[in-house]
Amino acid sequence: MELHDVWFVLIAVLWTGYFFLEGFDFGVGILTKLLARDRPERRVLINTIGPVWDGNEVWLLTAGGATFAAFPEWYATLFSGFYLPLLVILVCLIVRGVAFEYRAKRPEENWQRNWETAIFWTSLVPAFLWGVAFGNIVRGVKIDRNFEYVGGLLDLLNPYALLGGLVTLTLFTFHGAVFTALKTVGDIRVRARKLALKVGLVAAVVALAFLLWTQAHSGDGKSLVALVVAVAALVAALVANQAGREGWSFAWSGLTIVAAVAMLFLSLFPNVMPSTLEGDWSLTVTNASSSPYTLKIMTWCAAVATPLVLLYQGWTYWVFRKRIGTQHIADAAH
Amino acid sequence: MDLALAPETLARWQFGITTVYHFLFVPLTISLAALTAGLQTAWVRTEKEKYLRATKFWGKLFLINIAMGVVTGIVQEFQFGMNWSDYSRFVGDIFGAPLAFEALIAFFFESTFIGLWIFGWDKLPKRIHLACIWLVSIGTILSAYFILAANSWMQHPVGYRIDKVRGRAELTDFWAVLTQNTALSQAFHTLSAAFLTGGAFMVGIAAYHLARKRHVREMKTSLRLGLITVVIAGLLTAVSGDVLGKVMFKQQPMKMAAAEALWDGQAPAPFSVFAYGDVEKGHNSVAVEIPGLLSFLANDDFTSYVPGINDVDKMEQQKFGPGGYRPNIPVAFWGFRWMIGFGMASFAIGLAGLWLTRKRFMLPQHLRVGEDEAPHLVLFRNRPLGPKLTPWFWRVAIWTLAFPLIANSWGWIFTEMGRQPWAVYGVLQTRDAVSPGVSQGEVLTSMLVFTALYAVLAVVEVKLLAKYVKAGPPELTEADLNPPTKIGGDTRDADKPMAFSY
Repeated sequence: MELHDVWFVLIAVLWTGYFFLEGFDFGVGILTKLLARDRPERRVLINTIGPVWDGNEVWLLTAGGATFAAFPEWYATLFSGFYLPLLVILVCLIVRGVAFEYRAKRPEENWQRNWETAIFWTSLVPAFLWGVAFGNIVRGVKIDRNFEYVGGLLDLLNPYALLGGLVTLTLFTFHGAVFTALKTVGDIRVRARKLALKVGLVAAVVALAFLLWTQAHSGDGKSLVALVVAVAALVAALVANQAGREGWSFAWSGLTIVAAVAMLFLSLFPNVMPSTLEGDWSLTVTNASSSPYTLKIMTWCAAVATPLVLLYQGWTYWVFRKRIGTQHIADAAH
Repeated sequence: MDLALAPETLARWQFGITTVYHFLFVPLTISLAALTAGLQTAWVRTEKEKYLRATKFWGKLFLINIAMGVVTGIVQEFQFGMNWSDYSRFVGDIFGAPLAFEALIAFFFESTFIGLWIFGWDKLPKRIHLACIWLVSIGTILSAYFILAANSWMQHPVGYRIDKVRGRAELTDFWAVLTQNTALSQAFHTLSAAFLTGGAFMVGIAAYHLARKRHVREMKTSLRLGLITVVIAGLLTAVSGDVLGKVMFKQQPMKMAAAEALWDGQAPAPFSVFAYGDVEKGHNSVAVEIPGLLSFLANDDFTSYVPGINDVDKMEQQKFGPGGYRPNIPVAFWGFRWMIGFGMASFAIGLAGLWLTRKRFMLPQHLRVGEDEAPHLVLFRNRPLGPKLTPWFWRVAIWTLAFPLIANSWGWIFTEMGRQPWAVYGVLQTRDAVSPGVSQGEVLTSMLVFTALYAVLAVVEVKLLAKYVKAGPPELTEADLNPPTKIGGDTRDADKPMAFSY
C-alpha cells in the first residue's frame, strides 16, 4: 500500500467520522420540527448536541484540509466544480453555527423562533446535499482533460445523486432519532423511539435501492460486503430500537453510516473523481495526489493527532453522558 | 467582458471581503481566550468573586465573538478550491499541509474544549474547567501559527521545488516553511496585534462602565488588565512590526517601496509622512518627509540606499519577463499608514490610561479611592484631570476599542495587496491562480451572497454584543460558587437544571 492509498483511506475515515458525528447532529436539528412539540422540547434536543456539534463539524474542515494537502487536484476539481451546491452548504453551516450560539441569547419570541427555523433548514439542506455530492462523486461527472469540471448545475441533479441525497437525509434523521432516544429522558425519549422506527424503515428502503444501484454501477466484491454490512446493521438498529436497547441501536445506526460510506469509497477506488467523458480524464489516487514527501509528513501528523482527537472527543461525550429532559432546561434565557 | 467584473477581480473582492471580515473576529478570539483564561485563573487562585463575575462577563463576549470567527472560518477553508482552483492545484502540495495541520491539531482542540468550557461549569471540577479555557487559548494560537506559516510561504516561498512535468510546486522542506523568518516575524507581529486588539476591547468596554460608575469592582480590574495588555502588546507590535518590515525590505522590496511611495531609489532614503502623486507617471507631487528614517527602517542606519518602485519594477521585468510588477500604490501607501497610525494611537491611549489610573501607592492620600469607587484620573501629583477633560478621557478610551480592528484590517489589506500582482511572490501570479472553470455569474453570486449574509450577521452580532456589554457582569448563583468536585457533575439531584443550556 503506497502513501497515496493510505491517504485515500484516511480521507474516507475523515468523511466517515464527519457523517457519523454530524450525521446525528443534523438529524437532531431536523427533529426540532419533526419531534419536538414545544420550545422546552426543542431546547432539550438542541442541548443534546450543544457541547459537541462544533467538534463534530471540524471533521468536515479536516476532511477538506486533508484533501487539499493530500489530493490537491481532487480538492480543486471538487470544490470549483460543485460550486453552487457547496455555496449553499457553506451558507447553511454558517447560519447553523450562529443559530446554536445565539438562539438563547435573547428572550424575544421572534428571535428564538427564527433561529429555531434556521436550525431546522440548515440541518436538513446539508444533510441532503452531502448525499447529492457523494452520489455525483461516485457516479462520475463531466471532467475534461485538464481536470476541470465542465458540466452544469443541472448535471449534478441527476436521479442517482438525488437518491443519494435522500439516503443521507433519511439515514441522518434516523441516526438523530436514535441518538435522541439515547440522550433524553421522559416523553420525548419514547416518541423518539417511535419516530426512529418510521424514519428507519424509509431509510432502509431508500438506502437499499441506492446501494444496490451503486453496486450495479461500480461495485465489486469488497463493496458488496460493505453493502451487506450496511443493510444488516440498519436492520439490527431497527430491531434494537424496538427492543428499547438504545445504546445498541445507536451503535448499529452508526455502523450503517460507516459501512455505507465505506462502500462508496470502495466503489470509487482507485479513482477519486471519475470522468464520464473519457476514462483517462478521471482523477485517481495517483494523478491527483501530492508528492510522497508531503504525504509522509501528513501521515506522521495524522498518526499522532488522530488518536488524541478521538481520545479527547470521546472524553467530552463521557463528561456529558447524562440524559437530559425538559426539567433540566432552566427557564431563564441566558 | 467588462474588466471590473472579470472572474479574477470578483474572486479577489470576495477573498478580500470574506477574509477582512473573518479577521475582525480572529484577533479578538485569540486575545479574549487568553484574557478570560487569565481572569478565571485569578478566580480559581484567589476565590474573589469579582474575578468570577469578570470571567463570566468577558467569557460571554468572547463566545459571541468566537461563534462568528468559527463560522466565517469555514469559508476560508473551502474558497481556495472554489475560487482559486489553479492556485490549489499549483501549490496544494505545500500550502495544503499547514492547513491540514491546523485542522487536525488546532481546530479539533479549540472546538472540543470550547464545548467543554461552555457547558462544563456544573460538569467539571474547577481546575479541569479552567484547563479547558487554557486549551482553547493554546488552540487559537496554534491555529494562528499554522495559517500564518501558510501565508508567509505566499509572501516568501521557501522549501520547495517546481516539478515541470506535473506543472506544480512541491514541498521539499516543511520545517523551513514552518520556521522561516517571514513566518516567525509575521506570527510575532500578528499575535501581538491580536493582544493589542483584545486589550483595547477590554479598555473600551471597561471605560464605558466606569464613566457611568457601574460595576466598578469588575471593571476596574478589567480596565487595568486591558491597559497593561494594550501597553505591552502595543510595544511588542511596534518591535515586531520593525522586524517584519526589515524582513520585507529584503524579501519584497516592491511592497515596501510602495508602502513609502518611494518612486526612485535614494541614499539616504526618507520616510514619507504624507504623499500625493501621479501613479501613471510614477512620481509624487506633494511629499512631507523625514530624512533618513526609511534607511533606518530598512537597514538600521540613516544613510543606506533603499530601492524605489521604478527600480524594483525594472529589476523584476528583467527577472520574470515583461509585464507590470507594481501593486496598487495608494492602497499600499495609505494602508501602511493607517495600520501604524491606528495601532499606535491605541498604544498611546493605553499608555496615557495606565498613567492616569495608576495604583494607589503612587497617589497622594486624598486621591486614593476604595475598591468600590471609580478611579480618579490623576494627571500630575495632586492634579486630577478636570471635570471637562475627564469625560473626554473616557470617551477616547471607548473609541480605542475600534482602533486596532481598523489597524488589523489595513495591515492585511496592505500586506496582501502589496504583494500583487503575485499570489505567491515570484512564483505564481494572481491572474493565473483563479478557477478557470468557474463562471462570472457563479463568482458574482457567491460574492453577493456572502457579502449580504455577513452584513446581516454583523448587525446581529454587534447588537448582541451591545446588549451583553450594557448588561454588565452577571449576578453569581449558588451553583457558580459551588462548582462540582467530580467529572460529570455531582449527582445529588438528578433533576437539577443545567447551569448553562442553549
